[in-house]
Amino acid sequence: YFIFFSFQQRIEIHKLRQGDNLILGFSIGGGIDQDPTQNPFSEDKTDKGIYVTRVTEGGPAEVAGLQIGDKIMQVNGWDMTMVTHDQARKRLTKRNEEVVRLLVTRQSLQKAVQQSMMS
Amino acid sequence: KIESLKVTVDFLKVPLGLKKPPLKEALAAVPGPGRPKPLGVERHKPRRSDTMDNESQYSGYSYKSGHSRSSRKHRDRRDRHRSKSRDGSRGDKSVTIQAPGEPLLDNESTRGDERDDNWGETTTVVTGTSEHSISHDDITRITKDMEDSAHLDCSRHLGVSLAGALALLAFLTPLAFMLLPQLLWREELEPCGTPCEGLFISVAFKLLILLLGSWALFFRRPKAFFPRVFVFRALLMVLVFLLVVSYWLFYGVRILDSRDRNYQGVVQYAVSLVDALLFVHYLAVVLLELRQLQPQFTLKAVRSADGASRFYNVGHLSIQRAAVWILENYYHDFPVYNPALLNLPKSVLSKKMSGFKVYSLGEENTTNNSTGQSRAVIAAAARRRDNSHNEYYYEEAEHERRVRKRRARLVVAVEEAFTHIKRLQEEDQKNPREIMDPREAAQAIFASMARAMQKYLRTTKQQPYHTMESILQHLEFCITHDMTPKVRGGHGGRYLTAGPTIQYHKDRWLAKQWTLVSEEPVTNGLKDGVVFVLKRQDFSLVVSTKKIPFFKLSEEFVDPKSHKFVMRLQSETSV
Repeated sequence: YFIFFSFQQRIEIHKLRQGDNLILGFSIGGGIDQDPTQNPFSEDKTDKGIYVTRVTEGGPAEVAGLQIGDKIMQVNGWDMTMVTHDQARKRLTKRNEEVVRLLVTRQSLQKAVQQSMMS
Repeated sequence: KIESLKVTVDFLKVPLGLKKPPLKEALAAVPGPGRPKPLGVERHKPRRSDTMDNESQYSGYSYKSGHSRSSRKHRDRRDRHRSKSRDGSRGDKSVTIQAPGEPLLDNESTRGDERDDNWGETTTVVTGTSEHSISHDDITRITKDMEDSAHLDCSRHLGVSLAGALALLAFLTPLAFMLLPQLLWREELEPCGTPCEGLFISVAFKLLILLLGSWALFFRRPKAFFPRVFVFRALLMVLVFLLVVSYWLFYGVRILDSRDRNYQGVVQYAVSLVDALLFVHYLAVVLLELRQLQPQFTLKAVRSADGASRFYNVGHLSIQRAAVWILENYYHDFPVYNPALLNLPKSVLSKKMSGFKVYSLGEENTTNNSTGQSRAVIAAAARRRDNSHNEYYYEEAEHERRVRKRRARLVVAVEEAFTHIKRLQEEDQKNPREIMDPREAAQAIFASMARAMQKYLRTTKQQPYHTMESILQHLEFCITHDMTPKVRGGHGGRYLTAGPTIQYHKDRWLAKQWTLVSEEPVTNGLKDGVVFVLKRQDFSLVVSTKKIPFFKLSEEFVDPKSHKFVMRLQSETSV
């Protein structure tokens, strides 16, 4: 049978330089100033956290293992659960940082048998 | 002469009327040629009204079973009209203007339709009596009517005369109070100047006001005769009686016996009586008029024959008054009762005629046999495959199509007919021979639409309700008031929809005798859940009561400045 659970993951993304910008290769949605009911990835529709809405193929985020639907909890130690959309963007795109370490929460659907085998 | 056409509501009197078999069938069996009837044949013309003998219980006339109260009147009228014009055309091929009183649409041609359908199925019904004899049932019915109406008249007049006498007594008493000392011991009275004169004037005006008020409140034509005494009125009469009697008592003891010399006191005593009477009048206004104005109950009136229903709001009324209220509204709200529209066409129902025969094998259990048998038959009939619903559906669709086609023709005919008439303007020069009054104008254009009208009415089975005379009158009315043809034949016009009963000619349709059937005494007030029935011969109105719920209104204040809005954001940023 299947169970639905979430686990945390640490992901380290090395930014890619494209011209004058450093890009990470994914898109975010959410924030405390946004409408949480429009979020297709959240389990709880009042969750105003920052979610990964798109991951570009072959980008640094995909390489690092970020997946669509992940909720970003921390960026380089900064909390991302209670920030506005713009603040989140700013924290991710600091010009002087080449590497960002994210703490994300991912929901997963696994077979229980497989899970017990792995543990 | 038997007094007829009284407005009566008889309590618990089920009409004795004998169910006259529809004359249609009797005459359908008369062998006759098809549509075009030979002119000038002295046919036994059936009473057109028999096919629609619904509304009137006693004004229902039957050729065959003799005289009831108002039938004689109607029959005489009809006979007179019949003798006037015998050469009217009977068929529907030609249109002629017939004398008033003749029905536009011949009954036999109507029956022609049905006859074609069910030629094999009509039966001859013999009613057993001839045109001029009275059957036994009718005699008993008539005598019963006479007794009842006589009895009711007596009690009614008694009540009215009693009330009148009491009112007169109450009115004259203050005058008597003031006059008696003057008459009896005038010499001993103390002179009484200005205050007495003031009191005289006030008494005069108060009595005038009382008179006017009583006239406005009580002296109205009764709109109905109630089976039981009006409780509130009786109460008020008793009150007035006690008041007057007690005043007389005190007067007799204190003033007459002791020959009081203080005239001003006597006059003030009289004035106090007048005040008390005015207050009783106020009480009467409140009890009889005001209390029922505020709506407390919703009455649902359903006609048993075809299910037409309406809702009315009334206040606190007794059952009998509520019944009269309902009846007043019935005549202008409910579409007229047309029994021709009620039944499923015969072709649909005839298939159901064949039944099941039940054989019981084994022991006979006599007590349970009949119910068991009937139940078995019903169950078997229900399980049998029955396609009559199909036929009903197609029949309905076909009928609908026919009606629409005829209606279209009628509308076009009417519109066209109206284009031939123009109101005479002052400046038009026409010779006097061409100028017509509304009646002639109506007759002139009637011919061009008569055929379409006739066919339409026959299709919608409305033809018994509209005589030629009534159609001409309506035409005249429309022409006089410059109404558009739509009123005549347009959408929702008078002939296209079945109107309320009161629209049709009064004498025919407004029968006023209804029977009130109720489980509770009819002077009880209305309560939630009370059901009573107003019966007529062919149908009844079932009225049920529901209390209007108690509404809890709460207030919520909304500051106009509190209406504020934000945009719904869902941004997505790529990083």
